[in-house]
Amino acid sequence: MATVVVPEQAPTGADRGVGRGRGRGREDRSLLASVGLHATLLACVFIALFPVVWVLLSSFKPQYAIQSTKIQLFVDPSFDNYRHVLMDTSFPRWFLNSVIVAAFTMVIGISMSATAGYAMSRFNFPGRRGLMWVFLVTQMFPVAILIVPIYTIMSKLHLIDTLPSLVIAYCTVAVPFCAWMMRGYFDTIPKELDEAAALDGLGPFGTFWRVVLPLARPGLAVTAFYTFLTAWGEVAYAIAFISSDKKLTMGAGLQQFVPQFNPQWDLLTPGAVIIMIPAAIVFFFAQKHLVAGLTAGGTKG
Amino acid sequence: MSTTVTFDSATRIYPGSTVPAVDSLDLEIDEGEFLVLVGPSGCGKSTSLRMLAGLEDVSSGRILIGDRDVTHLRPKERDIAMVFQNYALYPHMSVAENMGFALKIAGVHKSEIETRVREAAKILDLEPYLERKPKALSGGQRQRVAMGRAIVRQPQVFLMDEPLSNLDAKLRVSTRTQIASLQRRLGITTVYVTHDQVEAMTMGDRVAVLKDGLLQQVGTPLDLYDKPANMFVAGFIGSPSMNIGTFTVSGGHAHIGSAEVALPRVTTDALSGGEITLGFRPETLEAVAEGTAGAIEVEALVAEELGSDAFLYASLLGSDSERLSSEHIVARVAPRAVPQKGEKVWLRIAEGQLHAFDPTTGAVLPTG
Repeated sequence: MATVVVPEQAPTGADRGVGRGRGRGREDRSLLASVGLHATLLACVFIALFPVVWVLLSSFKPQYAIQSTKIQLFVDPSFDNYRHVLMDTSFPRWFLNSVIVAAFTMVIGISMSATAGYAMSRFNFPGRRGLMWVFLVTQMFPVAILIVPIYTIMSKLHLIDTLPSLVIAYCTVAVPFCAWMMRGYFDTIPKELDEAAALDGLGPFGTFWRVVLPLARPGLAVTAFYTFLTAWGEVAYAIAFISSDKKLTMGAGLQQFVPQFNPQWDLLTPGAVIIMIPAAIVFFFAQKHLVAGLTAGGTKG
Repeated sequence: MSTTVTFDSATRIYPGSTVPAVDSLDLEIDEGEFLVLVGPSGCGKSTSLRMLAGLEDVSSGRILIGDRDVTHLRPKERDIAMVFQNYALYPHMSVAENMGFALKIAGVHKSEIETRVREAAKILDLEPYLERKPKALSGGQRQRVAMGRAIVRQPQVFLMDEPLSNLDAKLRVSTRTQIASLQRRLGITTVYVTHDQVEAMTMGDRVAVLKDGLLQQVGTPLDLYDKPANMFVAGFIGSPSMNIGTFTVSGGHAHIGSAEVALPRVTTDALSGGEITLGFRPETLEAVAEGTAGAIEVEALVAEELGSDAFLYASLLGSDSERLSSEHIVARVAPRAVPQKGEKVWLRIAEGQLHAFDPTTGAVLPTG
């Protein structure tokens, strides 16, 4: 199927470029260009959606059909796999753990990055530039390098195998980036509003809380989304820090369904689908702010 | 309710700079007075206002509101209200909430806030818009909301930082009168910053001219117009601006082009070198016949016909044209019969209308 579409890609790209250069609208695009354009877009959509849809479809199949050599979309669809994963495994527990970790990461992450971002945007304090550099530099370390030192710190603090260790670790990843983003967003809010608020009788915190934060909602939405996602799907830290089955988060927990040789697809696929749902809900609430928030932060960063 | 404001050698030096943005400003503003701070951009007028507002630190000197030393008080403790250039309305609040916000913070009772907001809205014709958000208002309406926010506070001092500069030309003129009459009615001491000398002249009880952080002159608009203290004020106040040029002096006469303009005795006595800077306003020039004593010969370039007035832009004939501070000599001439381009015109400075300045210091010299 994909092989049919791909050869058409080349002429399409060229045609579209020319068409845009002349400023042609949809109505005067040639038929060939139109077909090519849509074929390309469909191919992209297919590539993006296929794995997700396949997991979704598989989650409704009985175990024997998931690993079958025949390609079938529907084989005895039922919720049996979901019932199994929710009733007979620790999955609900992991789900709850993930929700707790993600929620705390989100709340702590938002409050820390918003206040830090506001301070960097509005106040002149010694070490302001240094702080901003540190925030940037920490972004450059890959997670793999940080796991061991953070593990050592956590074990010294007796936090290994606890959910707070994950919350702290995720905040170290999310807060610096979000603080920069929030600073960029706060920079777009006119300083005169702060001054008007000061004249109206608000102190620095009142100004932040009652004037600046309500205006920074798009930025906060993006921060919320980012911090949530950082914690929600994370696997590496969770596997490293958590050892007891009852404290695993979902991402790490799913690994339990992959014994040595034969993955339990009937448990993995419904688990993966369930993981997607809260992320989709958060995205749904954040999406209308997403573009505005990211670009506003970006252009004046 | 209204009060005096005093700047006592107030100085502001920005961090990392050695040149003061405002250099020991001494200024006394009377109760209920409308004082305009005017000057070119970067002259320190906005900084002075912001020092009074408490938004800018005072490096040295004092600022007093009434008898209270407010130099190091926070903005909210100063009992002032400010109108910003971009209005700084809270976008997430309705007009009514914007106007009542300061009272709400101060813990004023809800019903009291509502009455005061309604009153202000009535004065400013904002009643139909009280529930709207700022973004749903026109520029003029936003400007009035910003005024309303200041009025509702019933402060001791109003501060306005170029509140008209975001309005279009026509609206600016009408709003100008509205603000001035509103201020007279409320009788609240007002400090108003603008770069526009017409605004300064038309609105202020008194006008303070600043340049490079230094106060040049304070006085009523006509004082500044008739008796400028130095060359800068002379050139800054008035539109079209004063003709200013530096000319050679000999035998009690200044040589302007081919003309010999007699100087008063007191002026020549005060003069140290062989040159003098002279200023004369466009309306003090009268067209006279060729050969009249002291008449300056010019060649007409452009005439601006305004209906009630006409202004002639002309070049000075003779070798002295580069001695003028601007390219042209501007003269007010009789409308509807203006000289054509290229025509020669003889202009005489009306008796006693000559301003003389020291060419090196720019300070005014006595003219009798």
